[in-house]
Amino acid sequence: MTDLFFAVVVFAAAFAIGDRLIRRVPPMLHTPLMSMTNAISAVVILGALALLATPRPMAQQLLIGVAVVAAAFNIVGGFAITGRMLKMFKSEGTAQRGDGA
Amino acid sequence: MSQILHLLLDLLVIAILLVGIHRFNSPVSARFGNQLASLALALGVVLALWRSGTQHPLLLAAAALAGAALGWRLAMRVTMVQIPAMVAFQHGAGGLAAALVAYVELVVAGQGPLDVGRLSGLAGLLIGAATFSGSMIAAAKLSGRMRPTPLILPGHGPATAGLLVISLVAGALALGLHLAPEAILVLTALLAVAGGALFAVRIGGADMPVLISFLNATAGLAAAACGIILQDRLLIAFGATVAASGSILTRVMCHAMNRRMAKVFAGHQGEVNWRPFEMFHKPQATPTTEAPAPVAAPPAAEPAADPFPTAIGALKEARRIVIIPGYGMALAQAQFNVASLATRWTELGKSVKFAIHPVAGRMPGHMHVLLAEAEVDYDLLHEMDVINPELGDTDVVLVVGACDVVNPAAVQTEGTPISGMPILEAHLAKHVIICNLDRKPGYSGVENLLYDDPKTLLLLGDAQKTTASLLEAFTPE
Repeated sequence: MTDLFFAVVVFAAAFAIGDRLIRRVPPMLHTPLMSMTNAISAVVILGALALLATPRPMAQQLLIGVAVVAAAFNIVGGFAITGRMLKMFKSEGTAQRGDGA
Repeated sequence: MSQILHLLLDLLVIAILLVGIHRFNSPVSARFGNQLASLALALGVVLALWRSGTQHPLLLAAAALAGAALGWRLAMRVTMVQIPAMVAFQHGAGGLAAALVAYVELVVAGQGPLDVGRLSGLAGLLIGAATFSGSMIAAAKLSGRMRPTPLILPGHGPATAGLLVISLVAGALALGLHLAPEAILVLTALLAVAGGALFAVRIGGADMPVLISFLNATAGLAAAACGIILQDRLLIAFGATVAASGSILTRVMCHAMNRRMAKVFAGHQGEVNWRPFEMFHKPQATPTTEAPAPVAAPPAAEPAADPFPTAIGALKEARRIVIIPGYGMALAQAQFNVASLATRWTELGKSVKFAIHPVAGRMPGHMHVLLAEAEVDYDLLHEMDVINPELGDTDVVLVVGACDVVNPAAVQTEGTPISGMPILEAHLAKHVIICNLDRKPGYSGVENLLYDDPKTLLLLGDAQKTTASLLEAFTPE
């Protein structure tokens, strides 16, 4: 029961802090933001790692293997494309605008 | 003691991720933010391996390398127009991974009381499976492999809801009632896959930014649900952050179209239009909402006078120009011409700004990325709220491939599907030049009043060609 309580607290705290931070992201960066958080959602690879910490029958190995391929694809693809996009953002003026809404 | 150490390590990794997200508040620091976020994820993987090791190192290494290589290859090749399709596809990959992990975890947990762990595992399985199929549909629509318009079946809404409810109940029964869980779990996952697909096919066109943001949230939610059954703090926290991000973007997109989420997802904006043989088609024939592809025949009734000389004259005299790009510009691949026009006009001493509607493009912020690819300085890009008050003082507004977002019907007419939607008020400018493919209404189906405005000059046709003609007029010999 305490475990559940802890899980709920972690979820709520992360959601609330994430919410506050993401509200400040200017609309200009919404696409890179989404492709970055998209990569983060593949954090489920940690679940696959946890399952592979003990010996698994063949069928389960296969399923987890597919999960790892999908998650690794998502992580590497997501961060790489975000980096590529952010490199394209250029400004002549040194002045930074932060007019997010 | 060591428990506290592990807690602190987890908190440190979560803090790195949150700082990374915080850095996304400006384009300059966002690159570092992206690196911090990837560092946080890498540290999470290292921690997991250090804590419990692995019994299947070969499988793990091979699968991770294969996935990483595929991801890298795709990320390096994709163009900015294809970004929404790629992101949707990746939401699907995340959903698939979550569903598979949740499934194995449920099988390992076996039958027993229907406690929070099993329930959240079931949630991870169902949300992950539905996210997977919904994202695949979204990716197919966005990449033109599937008709991008909404597809509505008879009894669509109840069928979608019913499928999702049945899969939830069946899964819960399988786990709680000591039935053969594996077979039933597979069945429930398949039901969820069908439900997710049904959910996604009825959304299309300009509503895609809402769908793609929503799938972002559900992918995060599925990961967090897996975290609860596995009792993994990092998994829960990372998943929750993604869910927060996706739900904010969903709300921002709905707000920008003045539509409630329920209306986008289950609205009766169309009649049943199930035509199975027209669902899939060759990519090049993509009919789109804002500016159908150049394949379509040009309208027969061409205006007698050639509008080009007048348009070029107005642009030559103009001191203040605002460019309003829409998704049609990207479809015509006209953004590079438009960027050159902006550079040329700036060199001629004119003030040039870009006005970006929040739902221009096919995902949140898509237009900014498209223009960044065409090397438009981001200081020239202005959000709707900032630029609208300036449009009255603007000499020429140049609309390229945008329709609904500049339709004055949204503010002047009651009772249309776009009434109340915030628009870029192009009609306030002295002259309006529109480079759209044809006079057809946009995704909303509402006739664009701006087309009939006496101060509007319509340069109909492929925007790449029309903008090239404009560019020619401004190129010194």
